[in-house]
Amino acid sequence: MNRINKKLQDDKKLLSIYFSAGYPGIDDTVTIIQDLEKSGVDMVEIGLPFSDPLADGPTIQKSSTQALKNGMTTNLLFKQLENIRKTVDIPLIIMGYFNPMLQYGVEAFCKTCQDIGIDGLIIPDLPVDVYNEQYKSTFEKYGLINVFLITPQTSVERIRFIDSISNGFIYMVSSASVTGSSSGFGKEQTQYFKRIADMNLKNPQIIGFGISNNETFAQATQYAKGAIIGSAFIKHLTDKGVNTINQFVKNILN
Amino acid sequence: MGYNINDKGYYGEFGGAYIPEMLYPNVEELRQNYLKIMAAPSFKEEFDQLLKDYVGRPSPLYFAKRLSDRYNTKVYLKREDLNHTGAHKVNNTIGQILMAQRLGKKRIIAETGAGQHGVATATVCALMGMECIVYMGEIDIARQAPNVARMKMLGAKVVPALSGSRTLKDATNEAIRDWINNPIDTHYIIGSVVGPHPYPDMVARFQAIISEEMQWQLQEKEGRTTPDYVVACVGGGSNAAGAFYHYLENTNVNLIAVEAAGKGIHSGESAATSVLGKEGIIHGSKTLLMQTSDGQITEPYSISAGLDYPGVGPMHAHLYKTGRAEFISITDDEAMTAGLGLSKLEGIIPAIETSHSLAVLDQKTFKPEDIVVINLSGRGDKDLQNYIDYFKL
Repeated sequence: MNRINKKLQDDKKLLSIYFSAGYPGIDDTVTIIQDLEKSGVDMVEIGLPFSDPLADGPTIQKSSTQALKNGMTTNLLFKQLENIRKTVDIPLIIMGYFNPMLQYGVEAFCKTCQDIGIDGLIIPDLPVDVYNEQYKSTFEKYGLINVFLITPQTSVERIRFIDSISNGFIYMVSSASVTGSSSGFGKEQTQYFKRIADMNLKNPQIIGFGISNNETFAQATQYAKGAIIGSAFIKHLTDKGVNTINQFVKNILN
Repeated sequence: MGYNINDKGYYGEFGGAYIPEMLYPNVEELRQNYLKIMAAPSFKEEFDQLLKDYVGRPSPLYFAKRLSDRYNTKVYLKREDLNHTGAHKVNNTIGQILMAQRLGKKRIIAETGAGQHGVATATVCALMGMECIVYMGEIDIARQAPNVARMKMLGAKVVPALSGSRTLKDATNEAIRDWINNPIDTHYIIGSVVGPHPYPDMVARFQAIISEEMQWQLQEKEGRTTPDYVVACVGGGSNAAGAFYHYLENTNVNLIAVEAAGKGIHSGESAATSVLGKEGIIHGSKTLLMQTSDGQITEPYSISAGLDYPGVGPMHAHLYKTGRAEFISITDDEAMTAGLGLSKLEGIIPAIETSHSLAVLDQKTFKPEDIVVINLSGRGDKDLQNYIDYFKL
C-alpha cells in the first residue's frame, strides 16, 4: 500500500509541511525532511523550484528563486533524495510545476520518483483532463498518487469528478488566493470547509493555503483530515534557520 | 490539415489550458461564453462602431512606392500605426473590454512589457469608466517612463512586478496571481495571442480585423483579395495572428513571421523563440519557449521591448512546426537600419518591433510582380529615445 494511503488511515489529524528544495541552503533538503519527521510531521511536500511559479505568493516565490540561484535542478534533487528511504519513513510528495517535469520526461520523472520512494505528486498546472487522458496510466504504473486541488469556486460537479479520479487525498485550497496570502479563517471559509466535509467524498481532504500557526491548523483540521503549511514554514527557515524546526512543529501541534 | 484552432483549444499539438485549479472557473467562464458573446449582433455592432469612430479604422493599406522601387517588388504597408494609441494593440483591448462588460466584470487587470498594451488597456478602461490595474516589471517601469506616465494620466494604477527577472514574463505572472486572488469581479485582458485557451483564439479573432480589411483593400487596389506574402513580427504574436488570420488556410499566401535575433541568435542575447525554444508550458499554454535543459524559463533579449517574450503564441508554434509560415530572425542592427530606411524613404517612423518586419526586405528577394504586405504594427514615437541613442541623433 502506498505510504500516503496508509498514513491517511491513522486515527489522527495530519500535519503536512511544504518547503522548497535547495532552500535556504542547497544541501539542506535531506536534513530538513529528516528533522520534520523527527518533529512529528506526518507528510512532507518537497517543492521542486520553478522560475515562474504562478500559484505561489511572494514567500514561496522567493524561496524558489533562491533555490534556483543556489543551483537546484531536477537531477540534483533526485540525487539528494537517492537514499532518503534509508532514514525517512513518512510519505513524501514532490510538488512542482509541469514544465520541469515535461523537460525531464514525464515517464522518466515518474520512474525516478518510484525508485527513490516518492509516494505522490502535486502539479498545480497539470489540468485534471490532461492528466486523465494522457498521464494517468503512467503515474499509476509507477505507483504514484496524483493530488488535485479544489478551491471555494470549484463546482460541485467538478469536485465529484476530481474525487472520482483521485486515489489519495484532495488538496483543498482554503481561499481564492495564491499561497501565503491570508491570515486566519473567517466565516466564509469555515462554511466552505463544512460544505465540502458534508459532501462525504471518498477521498479525505487536506487543507492548504493560509495555515500558519496552531490556531489555523486546529481550525482547518476541525473539518478536514489534515492541513498543509508552506509559507509560514519557509518564513521560519528564513528567520530562524534550519536548527529550530522542532520548535516550529511543536508550536503548530500544541 | 487545419492551421486554426481545433475544438479542444489546440493548434496541432500546441495550446490548451495548463492552469492551476484556482484559475479554472475564470478561464472556463470565458471559454464557455466568448464565441457566443462575439457572435451576438449587438456586440459586433458596438465593436465595429468603436473600431471605426474611436480607433480610426479601417487602417489604410498603403502602397509604398519608393520602398517598392528600392526593393524591386510591390510593397504594401498595413498602417496599424495610425490606430489610436499607435499600434494594433487597441483592436484587442476594445474587444476584450466589451467582453468584460458582458461578463459583468467590474475590474480590469493587464500585463505590459514596453507599455503599449498597458496604454491600450488603460485607454479602453478610461473609455468605459472601469477600474484598471496594470502589472509591469520593475525594470520595464524604469526604462519606459513615458508609457507609465500615459497609463497614469488615463487613470490606471501601475503595479511593479518585483518577482523573478522583473520584466514582461513576471508582469504576466503577477497579473495571473491577481486573477487567482480576485476570481469573481475581475477580467484579465491579455495583450497577445498567449496564455491559456481561449485567450490565443479570442485575441486572434479580435486582431483578425487586420487581414479582413487587407482582403477588400487588396481587391480595390489589385483586383484580388490575396497577397503573395504577408510579413509580420512576432513577440507573443498578436499582430502576426491578425495579419495571417484570414489567409491561414490559403497556402498560396506565404506567411513570414519575423522574430528578434537580438545581438545574434547564438549570442546568448536573443528572442528568436522558434530557433532557440523547445516545447513546454508558459503562462498556461503548451508552446515553444526559451528555457534551460532543466525546464526553467529564461529571459530573452531584444532591443525592442515588444518582442522580448520567451515564448510564442501556440498558433505560431504550430505554423512553425508545420512549415506553414517561414520564420526569419532579424538582429537589433538589421532592424534599426530598416527602421531608419523606412523613415527616410516613406516618411514613416516605425516602432522598433515593426522595423524587424521591414528588415525582411533586405534579407529576402521578392519577384517584381510579388505583392508583399508588411504589417506596420506600430509607430515609432515610443522608441524615439532608442533611435536617438542608437544613431546618436
